[in-house]
Amino acid sequence: MTFELADRVQTVPPSGIRRFFEIAEERDDVISLGVGEPDFATPWAARDAAIASLEQGKTSYTANRGKRELREAIADYVADRFELGYDPDEEIIVTAGASEAVDLAFRAFVDPGDTVAIAQPSYISYEPGVIFAGGEVLSVPTKQEDDFRLTVDALEDAGADEADMLVLCYPNNPTGAIMTKADLEPIADFAREHDLMVLSDEIYAELTYDGNEHTSIASLEGMRERTIVFNGFSKAHAMTGLRLGYALGPAEAIGAMNKIHQYTMLSAPTTAQHAALEALESCENDVREMVNQYDRRRQFVLSRFREIGMDVFEAKGAFYCFPEVPEGFTAEEFAEGVLREEGVAVVPGDVFGEGGEGHLRISYATGLDDLRQALARIEAFVDEHA
Amino acid sequence: MSEREVLELLRENARYSTDDIARMTGLDEQEVEAAIEELEATGVVRGYQAVVDWDKLEDERVRAEVELNVHLDRETGYGDIAERLARFPQVTALRLVSGDYDFDMEVEGDSIREVSQFISEKVAPVPEITQTVTHYVMTSYKENGIELGDGEDDERLSFSP
Ligand SMILES: Cc1ncc(COP(=O)(O)O)c(C=O)c1O
Repeated sequence: MTFELADRVQTVPPSGIRRFFEIAEERDDVISLGVGEPDFATPWAARDAAIASLEQGKTSYTANRGKRELREAIADYVADRFELGYDPDEEIIVTAGASEAVDLAFRAFVDPGDTVAIAQPSYISYEPGVIFAGGEVLSVPTKQEDDFRLTVDALEDAGADEADMLVLCYPNNPTGAIMTKADLEPIADFAREHDLMVLSDEIYAELTYDGNEHTSIASLEGMRERTIVFNGFSKAHAMTGLRLGYALGPAEAIGAMNKIHQYTMLSAPTTAQHAALEALESCENDVREMVNQYDRRRQFVLSRFREIGMDVFEAKGAFYCFPEVPEGFTAEEFAEGVLREEGVAVVPGDVFGEGGEGHLRISYATGLDDLRQALARIEAFVDEHA
Repeated sequence: MSEREVLELLRENARYSTDDIARMTGLDEQEVEAAIEELEATGVVRGYQAVVDWDKLEDERVRAEVELNVHLDRETGYGDIAERLARFPQVTALRLVSGDYDFDMEVEGDSIREVSQFISEKVAPVPEITQTVTHYVMTSYKENGIELGDGEDDERLSFSP
């Protein structure tokens, strides 16, 4: 028989990165700057706690919303770091990665026909998530001249005042842009004025540089009641493979997400919850040290792009920067060329939606030796072709 | 403050080039050079050495950790004894420590015989030294913050979102 695929599945195009995977397979000397996850292993204390929990046979389900102790630790952590107040019983849900939390939110709050505005370029899962939930995507492109911050002008130009929901991701994947409190205020005003619900993916919140501290839009006046915050352990605590994240929001909203979660996931991975609890309790220094390393690499990579003569805005968050390709190239052509000829894997910015054209996502979640080599190869490619 | 940053980087890898240190810190090259000179001139940085995994070499290298107990008198302090011991080239590290013994001494040589002889003939006879306990190093797992195992391969996919 042939499978009749559901329309909403067919509507979503295959991932733009697939083709590059295949080219990368052809060479064995590829250095990848295309990786969206830390190169560090999970801090040992967290791994050790996971191992200990296995030794003690702690392998059953947890409460749907996650272990109570972990929710308490999360509540303390977000209060301490981001001035956010959430009740561990009613307003926090622990999920299998922030990915699950994002999906739960779309399914819990988007009805067929609802419009979801997404500030782009952005992490690639939001669009499919909206479509799977039956919603319509409205792209809100951000620009290099604004350091890829979202502005009210951009929202108005895109017609986001008509939307039902707004998705933000700062610090941003793929650009490395951040939004300060002052940058967020007008966006919050806009959301309140036009009655938009806000989904704020803050998974890179710990990774900010140059003395910038992350501000959560949910901490601004009148925003808590209309915002769901996503965060998790994948990035700051280098725990991608353990699959653990969480969502914060008003009780009613988290309750709705939990309704889906309890039938589709039951509970987030138990072993990972033990690791996460330890991560929050004792791994602050490990996080600081990783941030310190990322910052050096960030400065190194930005300096090298400038030396090479590629325009790059000063990314201040996550572990990405977003240089412009030299004239005469599309992002896709440059990415394919530099992969085929020099064996450096980068992701063309178009993959991340509107506003990404003509740019490359460069991940510096890679050791300095590899970064040095990769940048030398990019330089050789530019010298030869541009 | 720039010295602190440069020091941190040199401690991570003393072979980082001045250029790369400049790129990573946002300092310019002259500032990095000046910081290194200052660190060396004030004696904060005493030298640069390779971190060696001796198991990977053919030649034998014998190392021992030696616990030393000493008896002080009015004329002789810890510093005097330390100075005398530290002059021997076989001694690669010497520290005064708290606890059951006084000095923690690291010794290196080409053979067990050579190291044993050194301890029995040069160290034990020092009048203030009342006891030595020698521990030969059998395997080293971590040196100067660097793990000596085979390391973990990067298992990440070359592209991820
Ligand atoms: C912005 C953003 N949100 C969410 C995720 C997914 O995180 P998790 O591993 O917690 O599902 C990623 C991973 O790349 C990301 O970049």
